[in-house]
Amino acid sequence: MESVLFLAHTEADAGLSKASLEALTAAKSLAEGLGAPLSVGLFGADVAGAAGVLAGCGAASFHGVSGEAFGQPRYATDAAAMEALCKAAGATLVVAADDSRVSRALPGVAARLGGRIDAHVTAVSAKDGAPVATRGYYRQRMQAELSRAGRPWCLTVSAGCHAAYDGAPGQVAVTAVDVPVTAALTRTAVKAVIAPSADEQTIRPDAKLLFVAGAGWTKKQPDGAPHVAEAGELILGFLGRSKASLGSSKSLVDMGGEGEAVLPFLSHLHQVGQTGATPRHPKGLATCCHGEEPHVVGWRFIAERRAVNLDASCGWAQGKADVLYVADAFAVMKKINELLG
Amino acid sequence: MFHIVVCGGIVPDPLQTLEPVKGPTGWGLKNEMMLPSILDPWASHALYEAAHLAKSAAGSKVWLVSLGPKAKLQQVMMTVAQKAPFELVVADGPAGGFTDSSEVAAALFAAIEGIAGLDKSKLLVFGGWQSASRGAGSTLQILGEKLGVVDQFQGVDKLTVGADGSLEIMERIEGGAYLVSTCAGAPAVLGWATGELPEPPNNPQVGMANMRLVMPALQKAKPAAIDAAAIDYKSVAVPAQKRETRLVKDTPVEDIARDIIAWINS
Repeated sequence: MESVLFLAHTEADAGLSKASLEALTAAKSLAEGLGAPLSVGLFGADVAGAAGVLAGCGAASFHGVSGEAFGQPRYATDAAAMEALCKAAGATLVVAADDSRVSRALPGVAARLGGRIDAHVTAVSAKDGAPVATRGYYRQRMQAELSRAGRPWCLTVSAGCHAAYDGAPGQVAVTAVDVPVTAALTRTAVKAVIAPSADEQTIRPDAKLLFVAGAGWTKKQPDGAPHVAEAGELILGFLGRSKASLGSSKSLVDMGGEGEAVLPFLSHLHQVGQTGATPRHPKGLATCCHGEEPHVVGWRFIAERRAVNLDASCGWAQGKADVLYVADAFAVMKKINELLG
Repeated sequence: MFHIVVCGGIVPDPLQTLEPVKGPTGWGLKNEMMLPSILDPWASHALYEAAHLAKSAAGSKVWLVSLGPKAKLQQVMMTVAQKAPFELVVADGPAGGFTDSSEVAAALFAAIEGIAGLDKSKLLVFGGWQSASRGAGSTLQILGEKLGVVDQFQGVDKLTVGADGSLEIMERIEGGAYLVSTCAGAPAVLGWATGELPEPPNNPQVGMANMRLVMPALQKAKPAAIDAAAIDYKSVAVPAQKRETRLVKDTPVEDIARDIIAWINS
């Protein structure tokens, strides 16, 4: 019989992330579909508060690994904690969010347990009494439904695919699982988290709109000269007014390394596509971007797509956007900013 | 001084149209052997970073370990070999995205174990944090476990080596932020994102030096035993994404701007 374990780490505020609560929804529905018991495994500096948030999730048991060493996002201690939690729960199926911390360590845990892992899963379900996962291949260009015989089977669930668990909090008894912290586990130490201030941050995962800037913003304009500073003002002006999330094509962020004029607020973190992110937003607006396939694969989860480009036969026109405005993005964005005030 | 093992597979050129097909050995791509291939993009960044590090740390050496069909690897190496100095180690097997990451890690582990003169106390295992094919983001971690390396980092954009051999690593985390960690030193596993280095220009001299070792490496490549049955695929399909694009042209800028604002607010 299957046994489903939901795994999560606590955040800096001792709570759980939205992505983890979404993964719990997936774990819960999988357990219900299989008629299998659900258990919860938490790790972090202190897990008591987070366990209380999950009190109403229907889990048969709660296990926790806590201590200062487990508050740091570090492979060695995270893997040790998750390994111990999986063993304590006797899980055959392990479900967790595919955030950076879990994604870093859970594959190693699967290896230690002699199990298998599938990451970035967009759906889990029970079919004919067996668990089935759905995930993308070739940068989301194709989708597969798959199952496995090997156990334990670990699954990390992508954010934005399930509703976040929102049950009533309460009191639960958490069974403490002891994990000795040896010197070998602490060769790595977290030094800092570098995050732009809220005003400077242009990557906004929860934004309703993705705004993509392509290489055209830095190219020569009709007067024969590039207008990079003006492009930067227009883009930042729009982001400030619309609260959109900024993305970019690879060619634009690569220009910095090639010595060309660049938009200083862009980095590889903004890159969307084959070697960049595959963000999830309800809408996306591409500007000065040709909509080449390596970039557009990163738009897999953008529901409504519009583009502004001077080339009426660019990639966006080939069935990749809902609307293509054949126009000068400088003029259009300037007018939009004026109208948005 | 480091012994840097870069793990990198080959993937179809991203401009190619891909179509899944089920063959006698499981799922693959239509005309897979005919598709032009490249070294996986994130693994390429890992290779450039490895070469850069090896240049700055005297006595260091770079191996590129790749699982793939020999004939395809030979084609890809004609270009890759001109980018950075390395010694190629080949595991002859499937390069497609439908193989299991645990199986791939086992094949890479066997290949690495066969490297003569590899000092695991100086070992840095590099690779892309995800491939452009399977996109599992799990192969390096499993490989690291097999090698007994428990200092692992993923989504790495910057590595700084201290005078004492310690490592400072910047990893991508949620919301466009970076996690900065320090590590006592090798051994470690680093799954690279884009890193900081641009693609190096082709260097024919480096290519000629590499190719002297590439051909023997391809010839002595051992077949990798990959269990295609590790994953039971129920279905594989290309999602229908074709849209009916509406072209708006010869329209005043103000009308376009108002249309976009109305759409954003709808």
